[in-house]
Amino acid sequence: MGLACVRGGRWVFDSVDFAVAPGGALLLHGANGSGKTSLLRIIAGFLAPAEGQLTWNGHPFDDEDHEPARIAYVGHLDAVKRALSVAENLSFWADYYGAGQGDSENSVAEALDRLGIGHLAPVPARFLSAGQRRRLGLARLLAAPASLWLLDEPTVTLDEESIAIVEALIAEHRADGGMVMVATHAGMSIPEAGILTLGGPS
Amino acid sequence: MTAFWCLVRRDLLLAFRRGGDSVNVMIFFLLTVTLFPFGVGPEQAILMRIAPGVIWVAALLAAMLSLDRLFRDDFEDGSLDLMILGPLPLEITVLAKCLAHWLTTGLPLVIVSPLLAVLLAMDGEGFATLIGTMLLGTPLLSLIGAIGAGLTVSLRGGGVLISLLVLPLYIPVLIFGVGAVDAAVYGLAARPHILIMAAMLIAALPLCSWASAAALRLSTE
Repeated sequence: MGLACVRGGRWVFDSVDFAVAPGGALLLHGANGSGKTSLLRIIAGFLAPAEGQLTWNGHPFDDEDHEPARIAYVGHLDAVKRALSVAENLSFWADYYGAGQGDSENSVAEALDRLGIGHLAPVPARFLSAGQRRRLGLARLLAAPASLWLLDEPTVTLDEESIAIVEALIAEHRADGGMVMVATHAGMSIPEAGILTLGGPS
Repeated sequence: MTAFWCLVRRDLLLAFRRGGDSVNVMIFFLLTVTLFPFGVGPEQAILMRIAPGVIWVAALLAAMLSLDRLFRDDFEDGSLDLMILGPLPLEITVLAKCLAHWLTTGLPLVIVSPLLAVLLAMDGEGFATLIGTMLLGTPLLSLIGAIGAGLTVSLRGGGVLISLLVLPLYIPVLIFGVGAVDAAVYGLAARPHILIMAAMLIAALPLCSWASAAALRLSTE
């Protein structure tokens, strides 16, 4: 039985099956309202599927006897606090997710540099443009590493140069054995990515 | 630094940067209590009699002022999603948020309350008990309030609804808080009231965090 999702009493999709191997990528396509965001939110654990089950290394996601999935989620919102500086925003998430592991200060600086906003580190986030906020949200992927990236329209508000950076990040993550699921309407270049097209309930 | 303290530290930093919330709560508390001598008259005997109740009711109302923002900012900017996905159980995240809320709104109320007790000519015998019960009661206000804040986080205009949800739940805190101070003022044993408040606080830590986390999960679906 594939995954199914019900929102507000309406079947958004059903019988959705997919698998992502280490180093793999899956592009989610579909019209507005076809359930791309809902599917990502189900995988992230924000929503319960109406039917079906998600497994991680052959075990249910919520199986406490096995190592849980390490997921990074970049949704429509960037989780940026306007009262904090760019560096403080990213440091918080790096510390929160990695509490006590490694040198978060360096990883934050590297992540900001990689996304091309290193020079904005001390600037209060309220002065960022929409694209810069998006880049700050994406920098979380590097500062707080996880094996599965769930990216919901990651290139919205980004310029071409930033989109190329995101594509490079995805390629490096996959080369390291990471997995990526991307919901997008933009034509991102993700080589050898599988495609899952959502078209509503059957 | 654990994720718990990391979150507390960030919320304290945000409260410090914004500044307004804590100051507004304190000013509201001071103004509300100050209104009573104008309303009921300056007679010392009357003020002395009603002082514990006035201070506690004003504290309840003041604590509610900032409840609406307990989770709303994190919900609206997407931080709440990332916290749910994070390493802490959501119940512990709620406790961290409540601790930061108490430090920025409840603790200032505790610190200001003796000043207001003097203003209302409260008997000196009740001062220590007032501070003690406020120290036990104000964290309860944050914890109970977190349930209302969690239930209304996704609703526009949830502030009024929080009041309707939370005020009835504050009644036991009010009864035992005022009862303890009254008992101390009249030379009776305040200890039973204080012990009940301590028991309520111990029970509220798991119960309120669980209820609030469940409400937040519903709101983020």
